Amino acid sequence: MGEVTLPLFAVEEMSVQFGTPQRGVRALHGVDLRIHAGERVALVGANGCGKSTLLRVLHGLVTPTQGQVSRPVAGAQAMLFQKPYLMRMSVLANVALGLWLRGTPWQQAKAQAMAALGRVGLADLAGRNARALSGGQQQRVAMARAWALNPQVLLLDEPTASLDPHAKREVEALMHEFAVQRSGMTLIFASHNLGQVKRLASRAIYLEHGQVLADLPVDDFFSGPLLQQRYPAAHFFVKGETL
Amino acid sequence: MTTIPHLVLNTRMTTFSDSAATALNLITSLDAGLLTIVGRSLSVSASASAIACALGLVLGAWLGVARFAGRGVALTVLNTFLAVPSVVVGLVIYLLLSRTGPLGYLGWLFSFKAMVLAQAVLVLPVVTALTRQAVEDAQSLHGEQLQSLGAPPLLRSLLLAWDERYALLTVMIASFGRAVSEVGAVMIVGGNIDGFTRVMTTAIALETSKGDLPLALGLGLILLSVVLALNALIALLRRWRETREAGAPSAALVGVSV
Repeated sequence: MGEVTLPLFAVEEMSVQFGTPQRGVRALHGVDLRIHAGERVALVGANGCGKSTLLRVLHGLVTPTQGQVSRPVAGAQAMLFQKPYLMRMSVLANVALGLWLRGTPWQQAKAQAMAALGRVGLADLAGRNARALSGGQQQRVAMARAWALNPQVLLLDEPTASLDPHAKREVEALMHEFAVQRSGMTLIFASHNLGQVKRLASRAIYLEHGQVLADLPVDDFFSGPLLQQRYPAAHFFVKGETL
Repeated sequence: MTTIPHLVLNTRMTTFSDSAATALNLITSLDAGLLTIVGRSLSVSASASAIACALGLVLGAWLGVARFAGRGVALTVLNTFLAVPSVVVGLVIYLLLSRTGPLGYLGWLFSFKAMVLAQAVLVLPVVTALTRQAVEDAQSLHGEQLQSLGAPPLLRSLLLAWDERYALLTVMIASFGRAVSEVGAVMIVGGNIDGFTRVMTTAIALETSKGDLPLALGLGLILLSVVLALNALIALLRRWRETREAGAPSAALVGVSV
């Protein structure tokens, strides 16, 4: 008999409604999911399909209107956003802030932040004003901030969507490094870039109008006949996006 | 009896130009009476602004992030206080500080402290409301990211306020400008006592009613200069902020151009 592992995230019949039922927006509806430690999960779908809301629910930033969600403790997770928020202070202080907010003394936080900046190749910019950096550099600083927190789970909301191709490659390389070098780390990311999904994910979840329409290993998602037979809407989306 | 219009005009112009010349003479000769009033006026308004900012920045930042039942009502009340006339504030403080009032035992009426209190109460809603708006805007844009890092609401509000510090510096300067230029509240609670509670605005009102236009005009010019200096400071701060965020060298901060 195989070993049964408890999922890291368990989502049952979960719905999220913003505003009133009559005039609001139903962002997610009847979502059931299990995500285990070490998985690399990509959330794909058109704009407004609920990817970002699902990530926020998993991270605890949005409370579901209905259903159950069990997740690791907040300290075990880190999240990266499409446009990272860096405060009006030095790059080093921005990275150290994440650690300090989770209880690390400031001096120790700065030392760890410096090491994390080294990992993303920005140690020489540690003293610069974070707001003066380029978009790609700011996203790498946010990656360093997440790296320093040593999370068990990393959630990313379209982290390369607003970057130029060069910066995209750099950030994607860091995501890969995160996923590969931190063994057992769980990566959950929303992306429009199906090439990126192919390269980084082990599992793809397709959402449409707030519902999960397909949930497959990434190989089946892109090449198997399974998608076409069982999930025609997802197949149509993948075909459209790759054309 | 008939009047000759151009003669009346000439007389008025002479009165104004004479007053302006005397006013400039008072300023340039560093008249002791004038300087005392200016000094008192600035210290009352600076003290009131410091108190209002200490309370208003924290309260406004908290209101920008906190969500609680009755918040909408609290914000409506706050915004209403923005439009309260200074004489009404003066009247309320007068009633509180008068001998039969609840704070009468302090013995502050017609004193420096009473004027500071009145101006602080007048300026507090301005600081609180503007801080709340700045922090709430920052919260809607970035609050979620600080929350994801583990910042609880109060700490988040303070971090966002710190991040908006250049905007809030402008708020602080504007609050001083509001305090230094008001007349109703300090007139009522200070009593405009010569050598004791007379400040620039109350002196201008008094000297104008007495017909001593040169002193009134001199004080008016100084008040205008203070407001002008504050506006210049706000513009400099804005420029300093833009330069810092662009990562330019510090020489640009003092306007050095190559």
